[in-house]
Amino acid sequence: MIVTGTRVGLDELEARTGWSVKPQGACKGEVCVPLPADARPDAGPDAGVDAGAAPTVDVTILAERLGMPVVHDADHGLWAVGPETSITGRALSTAALPDITLPTLDGTPFALGSLRGQKVLLLAWASW
Amino acid sequence: MVTVALDLGGEKAARRWIEAAQPEHPSLIDHAHVLDEHLGIVNVPSGVWIDEDGTIVRPAEPAFPHRPTFADVELPPETPAHLVETLAEARKIRIDPDRYVSALRDWVAHGPGSRFALTPGEVVARSRPRDADHARAAACFELAQHLHRAGEPEAAVPWFREAHRLQPDNWTYKRQAWTLVDRNQGRTGTFEGSWLDDVRAVGAENYYPPLDMPG
Repeated sequence: MIVTGTRVGLDELEARTGWSVKPQGACKGEVCVPLPADARPDAGPDAGVDAGAAPTVDVTILAERLGMPVVHDADHGLWAVGPETSITGRALSTAALPDITLPTLDGTPFALGSLRGQKVLLLAWASW
Repeated sequence: MVTVALDLGGEKAARRWIEAAQPEHPSLIDHAHVLDEHLGIVNVPSGVWIDEDGTIVRPAEPAFPHRPTFADVELPPETPAHLVETLAEARKIRIDPDRYVSALRDWVAHGPGSRFALTPGEVVARSRPRDADHARAAACFELAQHLHRAGEPEAAVPWFREAHRLQPDNWTYKRQAWTLVDRNQGRTGTFEGSWLDDVRAVGAENYYPPLDMPG
C-alpha cells in the first residue's frame, strides 16, 4: 500500500490491506489484534479530529503492531506499507481468495469474486 | 480459467500475447503486481486452484499446461552467444506439465474428493514463507513500481535493488526489473545479476520447485 502521509482513512485501509479497525482491535478474517491507544483511530497530537471527518489511523503505528513493514522514500514523500507477517508467517493468512478486482485488456474491472459457483484455475503469467 | 498478466507495463505489455491467444476466458492485467503479494507468487507461470466457494484448494505453484515450445527452437547461426547460452540453460529447467494437468483434471472431476485438493490449513501452510525480509521486499517492490509508473525510473532502481537483496529467490521481482532495462534480461549496470547468471548460480533444475503432489 502506497500512501503520501502516515494517517490513512479506515475505509481505505480496509480496501487496500484487508484490515478493518473495530472496537476489539485490527481484524482480518477471523483474526483480531488488540491495538495500543496511540494506534486507535484519531489518536495522537497530529490526528486533527474534525467532527464531520471520517476517522483515520496512524498507519506506521498500526503497521508496527501488525508486523507490517513500512519503507519511507523521503525524497518523494511516499510510504509503502508491506504485508503482515504476524499471523501465519506465510503469504496466505487464510485460504479464502482475497477480494481482488483487476482490469481486462479494455480496462473493464473484473472481480475475481464474480467467479463464485465454479472451479477456477487462476494462471499468472507475464510478457517477461 | 482466468489468466492474470503480472506486468508493470500493463495493457501495453500484455496486449499482443492476449490477442494472439484469443482467449475465451477472462484475461486480466495486474500492472501493480497485487496478486504477487496476496498469493505469494514468486515466478511465472504460477497456478492457483479455487473452488466454487472462493476457497483456495492449492496455493501458487509452477503451472505449465505443456512443454514450452522454446525447448525445441533451432536458433540461427548469427544468434548472439548470450542468447544461445540462455536457451541452453532454459532447456535444463525441470517442469512436469503432464502431471500438473492430470492432477487438475482429477480435481475438476472430483472436487473436494480429489487427492490433489488441500484443506485450508494445508493451503496456508504450503503457501510461500513470509518473514520480515520478504514483507519488506514486497514494500520496496511496490514503491519501486509506483515510482517507475510515475515517470521516475531512476528513482525506482534503488528500491528494486533492495527488493532483490531482501528476497533473492523472488524471480518475479528480478525478471520484471531486469526487463525494464534489457528485454533479454542480460547483464546491465543498473541491476545486479542477470537471468543467465542467477539461474546458473542456483542451478536450472532449481528454478522452479518440484510439484508437491501425490504421485
